[in-house]
Amino acid sequence: MIEVSNLTKRFGSKLAVDNLSFSVEKGEVLGFLGPNGAGKSTTMRMVTGFLPPTSGEAHICGISITEEPARAKTKIGYLPESAPLYNDMTVIGFLKFCAEIRGLVGIEKNEAVERSIETCFLTSVAHQSIDTLSKGYRHRTCLAQALLHDPEVLILDEPTDGLDPNQKYEVRQLIKRLGETKAILFSTHILEEVEASCSRAVIVDQGKIVVDGTPAELIAQAPNGSLTELFRKLTTTDTAA
Amino acid sequence: MSSITIFKRELKSYFAQPTAYAIIVIFLILSLGLTFTFGNFMRVGDASLQYSFFFWHPWLYMLIAPAIGMKLWADEQRNGTIELLGTFPVSTWSVILGKFLAAAAVTLVALLLTFPIVITVNYLGSPDNGAIVSGYIGSFLVSCTFIAITMLVSACTRDQVVCLIVSVAICTLMVLCGYDDFTRELAKATSPAAVEAVIAFGVWDHFSSLNRGLFRLQDFIWFSTFIGLCLLGTSTILSAKRA
Repeated sequence: MIEVSNLTKRFGSKLAVDNLSFSVEKGEVLGFLGPNGAGKSTTMRMVTGFLPPTSGEAHICGISITEEPARAKTKIGYLPESAPLYNDMTVIGFLKFCAEIRGLVGIEKNEAVERSIETCFLTSVAHQSIDTLSKGYRHRTCLAQALLHDPEVLILDEPTDGLDPNQKYEVRQLIKRLGETKAILFSTHILEEVEASCSRAVIVDQGKIVVDGTPAELIAQAPNGSLTELFRKLTTTDTAA
Repeated sequence: MSSITIFKRELKSYFAQPTAYAIIVIFLILSLGLTFTFGNFMRVGDASLQYSFFFWHPWLYMLIAPAIGMKLWADEQRNGTIELLGTFPVSTWSVILGKFLAAAAVTLVALLLTFPIVITVNYLGSPDNGAIVSGYIGSFLVSCTFIAITMLVSACTRDQVVCLIVSVAICTLMVLCGYDDFTRELAKATSPAAVEAVIAFGVWDHFSSLNRGLFRLQDFIWFSTFIGLCLLGTSTILSAKRA
């Protein structure tokens, strides 16, 4: 479903993503780990078609994101890192706008919006203005936007960032449930999340994949059975680099 | 289709906040106020809106159009919502067009709400209503030009204040170029060819011919080319920023 081959991104002289290749199949949840600045978000932005890659290619359901961006983008639901929203809209107004722009109209649109609101537990704030929402609700509103068109591929950039433990648990369960029928790529630097909801994980450091495997395989490689130790061993700290 | 969705969202956003109301009210107060004070509408006793009313529009637009347009891209870039727009299955062009039309619609509303002056002048005398219509068209085209410039500047920065200042400066320059007092001074200092070039860059020449009730093809070509280039520039800047 997601096929990334030799993806490279250069910002001036800085190499942000270095020849990255991986794939995510249907029914798979791939955890994308790595320290801040490792190139996780940049990779996701390229896969979603927001940033053009310097070289390399990404295919979504067999459609090239660089050659047929409009068609490939219809297959993707994307939650950007900081969960950006239009503050002057209500939750339901925002979701209707997103549904419309994705080509949903009439009953189809209203049903999609209602379904997303239910899935993301937004019923109580549906008619509230977005700038009055707490961070957890903002995040879930943006997540709801990604689910509207029932995409085959979900790309979530730190979906649990800034949520309280209850909300984190809910989102993880949601990812796990959605992962049964979709291909999901999500980034995080909370290692327990990998064990909780991923079927596979990669660790990225300085734009390169340093390890790739199921959570169990990763733990087996870890010095004392702890993912944190493995993470610390394989990635460079920003003070060292 | 997606342009219409963007257009509706932007327009709602203008009217959901005080922005549009403030701009419309200020435009109405200033344009009608200036007509009756400095414009000498009553004293001149001429049943025309050319000098008393339309004359002020470019001066007002050079402040008001940047105020309307400054948020168009600056806001998206600051809030990160540009990332949502960039990953929706829509082209940059349709977003640009939708946003531009929404901002233009705000000035159109403001402009249409000046209708009492048309009624007044028709009540007091018998003006050339064709010239008034063409004056309105000219005025609207000037506002569209300034919005297009603001949009271009807005694409360059995430800071609305910077966008406002830079766009006002450019629009002011475009009003001054071709304004009689300014060109007369310029003619003393430079060659006639340079003065011609400066006049061609300004909006005044194109606006005043429409204001006189003259439909010249060249003016429409000038306005549409200028607007088109600004929108094209916006699209280029937005894609260059991502590369």
